[in-house]
Amino acid sequence: MTAATVAPPTAPSGAVGPGRHPGMWHRLRSRLTPYWLALPGTLWLVIFFLVPMVAMLSLSLTQGDILNGFQQTFHWQNYTQSISDYHVQFVRSLWYGVVSTVLQVAIAYPVAYWIAFRGGSRKSFYLFLLLLPFFVSFVLRTTSWNFILADNGILLGPLKNAGLVSQNFHILATTPAVIGGLTYNYIPFMVLPIYVALERVDPRLLEAAYDLYASRVRAFRRVVLPLSLPGIFAGVVITFVPVSSDYVNAHILGGPTNTMIGNVIQNMFLTTQQYPVGAALSFALMAVLLVGLFAYARALGTEDVLEAAAT
Amino acid sequence: MSEIYIDPSLVDPVLMRGMTQRRMGRRGILKAAGLGVAASGLAACSVKGKATVKPSAAPNNAAVAKFWADKKSTGHVNFANWPLYMDPKHPELKKFTAQTGITVKYSEVINDVSSFFAKVQPQLAAKQSIGYDLMVLTNGIEFAEMIQLGYYAPLDHSKMPNFTKNVGAKYTKEAFDPGNNYSVPWASGITGIGYNPKYVTTAPTSLQDLQNPAYKGKVGMFSDTEEIGVFAMLAVGATPETSTPADWQKAADWLKKQQSAGLVRKYYDQDYIAALGNGDIWLSMAWSGDIYQNNASGGAAQLKFTIPSEGGTLWTDNMTIPYTADNALDALKLIDFFYDPAIAASLAEYINYITPVPAAQQVMKTQAAGESGSDKTDLMELADSPLVFPSDTDLAKLHYYRTFRSPAEHDQYNAIFSPIVTS
Repeated sequence: MTAATVAPPTAPSGAVGPGRHPGMWHRLRSRLTPYWLALPGTLWLVIFFLVPMVAMLSLSLTQGDILNGFQQTFHWQNYTQSISDYHVQFVRSLWYGVVSTVLQVAIAYPVAYWIAFRGGSRKSFYLFLLLLPFFVSFVLRTTSWNFILADNGILLGPLKNAGLVSQNFHILATTPAVIGGLTYNYIPFMVLPIYVALERVDPRLLEAAYDLYASRVRAFRRVVLPLSLPGIFAGVVITFVPVSSDYVNAHILGGPTNTMIGNVIQNMFLTTQQYPVGAALSFALMAVLLVGLFAYARALGTEDVLEAAAT
Repeated sequence: MSEIYIDPSLVDPVLMRGMTQRRMGRRGILKAAGLGVAASGLAACSVKGKATVKPSAAPNNAAVAKFWADKKSTGHVNFANWPLYMDPKHPELKKFTAQTGITVKYSEVINDVSSFFAKVQPQLAAKQSIGYDLMVLTNGIEFAEMIQLGYYAPLDHSKMPNFTKNVGAKYTKEAFDPGNNYSVPWASGITGIGYNPKYVTTAPTSLQDLQNPAYKGKVGMFSDTEEIGVFAMLAVGATPETSTPADWQKAADWLKKQQSAGLVRKYYDQDYIAALGNGDIWLSMAWSGDIYQNNASGGAAQLKFTIPSEGGTLWTDNMTIPYTADNALDALKLIDFFYDPAIAASLAEYINYITPVPAAQQVMKTQAAGESGSDKTDLMELADSPLVFPSDTDLAKLHYYRTFRSPAEHDQYNAIFSPIVTS
């Protein structure tokens, strides 16, 4: 949620120093200042986001091949055809995204709660521990699970030798392995916003609740949980989108029938060179995720998605 | 659209793909949506034709002379190759520098031809240098496309005396670049069945062993559609080179049967070799040199390799110079240097793939005579290995990737095999 925002065009007060005569030029300049300040961020968005987006959107409507180039023919069938070909992977990705996000909330909330309310003076140390895995590359961390969970590896090998699991049992190349990998990789993005929200909860509110004879459960349900909802919302927004479009986890930890839509898109761009199909799938995914997020925002009663995400 | 795809197909050692994940700036999306992108704006953005397609694949002498006329030696070469394709100490490159004074920057940046092509294609289309003067690419779809798009420098054989003298006759007639107009082989390899003898006690002899229910969930297959297509076509009795869409469909059914029976553990890239070593899979489609390297480097398990009775696949990695290379002349010198039999032998001793220089075998034997103990037996074994110096009977069993005559045919092929590897 670090994307630059365009600052509101309010003239800053006191921009003109004492003892100087505020001429018209000065007034104009101070009125324009916020726009100047917003310029780098706006340019950044236009050049590095808007331009590629429009180019991709355009590409998704073309026909052709790499030898003859892709001609713009407004070929909307790219969308219908690709979705009908890959709807299984599409639905699977969203399903994995939902399951993984729910798991993340279930795991991250207690962690964030514990750090916020029981962390004491060591809070920042615990947060640092949480972020520590990020010092190692994402792919490397995921690949290391391949070693840990190998069929005869350090975890399953002894279990099999002890006869606790059957010889054919395996974790890798299964749906739980992929969902587990997704959950593992994105969980800090869930913990942090929830932590930030919980950290802001004034402990005196809890004391007040207890004074009014609320039980611990009731105090949590009526005071802490509602106040931390924006954090959960932000966490879901931040993680659900990349989780649903991820392709690394399915590639490294998945089996033959765990392909996610991200893998299909990657394959279209890098292997089969069907750029228009890949672009169409990307936009379809983006549209579905956006609609999903707005529906979610509506259900949660958050009027403004951006506002909630930014908190 | 009248263009002819001359070529056999795709890729091979497909390592890890692009590592960066596609992330979307959520806020930005909303803003973009708010701006209401006009359709006319979209039309203006359409992607132009990539380059002029050459009318003929073979360059004439004048074109070769013209290309090389203004090329001067710069004393440096940037070399793009695959990982594990040269001794990490680079003894051959050191020798080259000592002999010629030309320095070489060696980068292991090619993990798979498709994504390398996707990366450099925009620069080549814009006639810009890609930062490499020499690149090793597998015969296949992108390789053929680059010939058609005119992305390779035409090779001047008069500047390649070692190559002319030492190259194996077979390598001058390969279908993907007959006459070596744009490329010369770096090494060739065979796709066959690799297996871990700890789990597979009866040696597999046929492609049907990949359908054996006893290996449920323990079979590795390649995710590359060209590779997997050739194997399945051989399994259903079709000849890959002359196969029809009906053959592809039959082959795809064979693969679907294998998948729905739960035999396939995963569709692998380069990572199959680790899985084979640690027992995650018991047998797999495999590249000959990988198995030998695994065994030679003391991998977790000693693996075995076999060419199925129905046949296997032969592919070649080729040295090529991009037409925008900054140091083309030095790159050409380096290419020729690799065709010195002593250098070719030295390379083959490390990489264990088929060398295009038959004289390297004699070099190894002479060298072995001067050694003793295990060095001697290792060298003799290598010099006699059918996987480094295959006999003509071995080669007769091997097939090439399917040649596509048009992009439409390629798309049709992909439409049949892609859904299987991305189920």
